[in-house]
Amino acid sequence: MAYLACKNLTLGYEGRAVLSDISFEVNPGDYLCVVGENGSGKTTLMKTILGLHKPLSGSIAFGDGLKQTEIGYLPQQTAVQRDFPATVREIVLSGCQARAGRRPFYNKEEKLLVQQNLERMSLTGYASRCYRELSGGQQQRVLLARALCATRKMLVLDEPVSGLDPKVTAEMYALIRQLNREDGITIMMISHDVSVALREATHVLHAGENVFFGTREEYLQSPLARRFLIQEGGESA
Amino acid sequence: MMETLAQYFQFPMVRYALIVGVLIALSSSLLGVTLVLRRFSFIGDGLSHVAFGAMAIAGVLRLTEARMLFVMPVTVLSAVLLLRTGKNTKIKGDSAIAMISVGAMALGYLLMNLFPTTTNLSGDVCSTLFGSTSILTLTKAEVWLCIGLSAAVLIIFVLFYNKIFAVTFDEDFARAAGTPVEAFNLLIAVVVAVIIVLAMNLVGSLLISALIIFPAMSAMRVYKSFLSVTICAAAVSVACAVLGLLVSILADTPVGSTIVAADIAAFLIFSLIAKLKK
Repeated sequence: MAYLACKNLTLGYEGRAVLSDISFEVNPGDYLCVVGENGSGKTTLMKTILGLHKPLSGSIAFGDGLKQTEIGYLPQQTAVQRDFPATVREIVLSGCQARAGRRPFYNKEEKLLVQQNLERMSLTGYASRCYRELSGGQQQRVLLARALCATRKMLVLDEPVSGLDPKVTAEMYALIRQLNREDGITIMMISHDVSVALREATHVLHAGENVFFGTREEYLQSPLARRFLIQEGGESA
Repeated sequence: MMETLAQYFQFPMVRYALIVGVLIALSSSLLGVTLVLRRFSFIGDGLSHVAFGAMAIAGVLRLTEARMLFVMPVTVLSAVLLLRTGKNTKIKGDSAIAMISVGAMALGYLLMNLFPTTTNLSGDVCSTLFGSTSILTLTKAEVWLCIGLSAAVLIIFVLFYNKIFAVTFDEDFARAAGTPVEAFNLLIAVVVAVIIVLAMNLVGSLLISALIIFPAMSAMRVYKSFLSVTICAAAVSVACAVLGLLVSILADTPVGSTIVAADIAAFLIFSLIAKLKK
């Protein structure tokens, strides 16, 4: 059974649809890349899966032992966060809030988990550093460590490399690839960069007027990807 | 100077004033950090105006002893309403708050004029707005009410500290993790309303926002973790309240504005420290 199965999902605000009738599945171990132009409803789709929005119609089902609150979420950074007085440890610890549930304080186990995830993201020396003083790439790794505290199964990443320079971007993608291939964490990532989807993902969901869902190989053969690639190539040339 | 102070402290009402001042300063600064960081500081401002209007109605209804029992629920209810309208897309949050707060103020003043309860109307209005002498006329019951409510605020804050941090830093992430964000926002709004009604005795309704915002802003200049910012804001707020009270007793200045002046001074000092550190 799939971790996540969406059937005939229509999303939007106040009755106006931004994405219509999409169906797809995410299975354990998958690396799904959600591509599409700005405003095609990618972030809305993520938020709906996480339970932050209600879909206009259609169904979302979780299975294979995954609960909705067990998804690790890496949102796009907000202006508030960039200037937030908090240490790296405080932020990563907040990834354990679902684990702690009604318990008011974090326990030893959760603190250990924070330590492990800081190590995993090579942030051990940064635990007491102030978040707002870190570089963009380091901040993203902090938020990734927080997301990893929330899940052992599935990460949902919203444009994880936006605002990062090419070198840090490549490092970030390598890190995500490693989490997927070596640690077996299922990835669902939003990107506006189709070439990334073709390079990194196992599955692609193309959101927009024409919706496509399938494996990377199938996507490569689709007219949608070709048109997108020609456009991209044209722009960069 | 010490002798003068010692003399003053023989009066129970001066001791009450100090206890109440410290407690109010402590509770208002604790929530200040999360309100400032979430760009919610204007909610404090809006609610304080509502509290003024409610106070005016309480005066007209001649609820002298029981006015807290009237003002408190009205302010709490407004807090809930303000939070609701903040999400209403038809009336944007900031305009809704401006409308409610200015409206409450205007109607409050109008009512006080239409149904004057004392001969010294402008004096009454002034003391409701700026605090003035009311803190030195606190009854024992009011002091106990203040102690009880401050203790409640403190316990709520400590118990929900981690959740307050999580919701303040990232509402969406908290919601995705199953944390009842709406319930926490409601709790915070209710607690803020309680603090504002308490603080009206100390600094008056126009100056309450200063107690909420200044200590948090000062602490955020220098400290870098959420915990240290929170502790520092509380310490600064209490220190300024004590200093302001003592100065106002010695120099015979209005209590509320002297405390706020101390808060402003602290903010300038902390800004300077932050500059020097860089």
